[in-house]
Amino acid sequence: MTDETTAARETPLAQRHVALGARMIDFAGWLMPVQYAGIVEEHRAVRERAGLFDLSHMGELYVEGPEAGSALARALVSDPRTLPVGRAQYSMICAPDGGVIDDLIVYRLGAERYLVVANASNTAVVSDALAERLDGMRVVLDDRSLDTALVSIQGPESVAALAPLTDVDLSTLRYYAAAEGTVAGIPALVARTGYTGEDGFEVFVAWERAGDLWDTMLEAGRSRGAIPVGLGARDTLRLEAGMPLYGNELDRGTNPFEAGLGRVVRLEKEGDFVGRVALEKAAAEPPRRRLVGLVVRGRGIARHGYPVLSGEAVTGTVTSGTASPTLGVPIAMAYVAPRDAEPGTMLDVAVREQPVAAEVVALPFYRRKR
Amino acid sequence: MVPTDLRYTREHEWVRVEDGVATVGITAHAADQLGDIVFVELPAVGAALSAGKAFGVVESVKAVSDLFAPVSGAVVETNGELAGRPELANADPYGDGWMIRISVSDAGELDALLDAAAYEAIAAEG
Repeated sequence: MTDETTAARETPLAQRHVALGARMIDFAGWLMPVQYAGIVEEHRAVRERAGLFDLSHMGELYVEGPEAGSALARALVSDPRTLPVGRAQYSMICAPDGGVIDDLIVYRLGAERYLVVANASNTAVVSDALAERLDGMRVVLDDRSLDTALVSIQGPESVAALAPLTDVDLSTLRYYAAAEGTVAGIPALVARTGYTGEDGFEVFVAWERAGDLWDTMLEAGRSRGAIPVGLGARDTLRLEAGMPLYGNELDRGTNPFEAGLGRVVRLEKEGDFVGRVALEKAAAEPPRRRLVGLVVRGRGIARHGYPVLSGEAVTGTVTSGTASPTLGVPIAMAYVAPRDAEPGTMLDVAVREQPVAAEVVALPFYRRKR
Repeated sequence: MVPTDLRYTREHEWVRVEDGVATVGITAHAADQLGDIVFVELPAVGAALSAGKAFGVVESVKAVSDLFAPVSGAVVETNGELAGRPELANADPYGDGWMIRISVSDAGELDALLDAAAYEAIAAEG
């Protein structure tokens, strides 16, 4: 290993996290807060009030030019050309064999301008793949991951906390929409997106303005009961909301259909795209396995990598699992054989070699009241 | 910080010995490092434990961690409260958060346990 890979990068907020008492870990090469007050307390704050997240480690890739839409339609499985300006879509970039390279959010910022947000662990791979796939088209790829900070506020009090700080009209900003404006006087892209199952916003600003943004948002948020939230609660929140995590539910060996995300793949779109042949085949064939929700009924917690049993036989593997802070029971996501995927099916999870009863349930585990 | 009337292991368990019975739990440092404890798996009463071998599991929201027997002997009691209230291990690690009681079979093993000062030095390293 070289020094480059051993020294974790710091977001512009790293020292603030330490000052707030966060426990810091190396995540995807970044020094990130895993928890401040505690995962359960942070989780509950987001469900009941609001929480503030530093997501500056994520990748921001701008794609601009006359052929930006068609270039992205060729590179990704979705069709960004169908997005109205100011709207966003969940998307994926797949390999020619249909395996998922990363899951993404694509924002249409202008007629010929898009923002692609990638997972921190995959930013370099996505950036390289896009550069290759966009080559020869009238489009410019600008990887601004290290110039763009991202602060997110999530939870039912998000609107009340953020509205006084911004000139963006949050009352008309729909879910999966984004608008450029200012937050705390700082030029920002404000998006109504998130990864928690709650209402909330993601605010993109220049790297060097992130400290001021964080301080102002935290102060405004605190008056609404918001607290800073680390990656630990981010994981339990997204798991309750049934949202996939790359590296757990999604990877190069998984296609979107197995993950229950076939709707993201727009096979009907015009033109070729990377992975089309393999994904048409995957769509037409019965899946080898399916992603399901599990609620553990016995005593134990299902964790990533634990085998799932149907009777004596192994039917699959747990991809993510924890004790659900909201539901008060252990929950998990797992890939199982299609015949074992119906809600109500009773399976076992091998917890340290001991079978523990678990019931297949429909995802998500948690859905907010609107 | 670390109670001085207890003995400790490098695996962050504490031990209180009274009349040949060792009460065992995890230290405040261990509980803090694990974070919110949501599950504790303990052996059955009567189980024979060997010093240094795993006897149970404590799980936080994020992590799974083995519990190691500080001394050899038979389990004479387990803390049934932890099944319903595993958070006791965070809230009161040296009191209501205790885990098992072992009838010590070899008193000589107690000499290998750490005193508070030695444990505190280990905890300080992380």
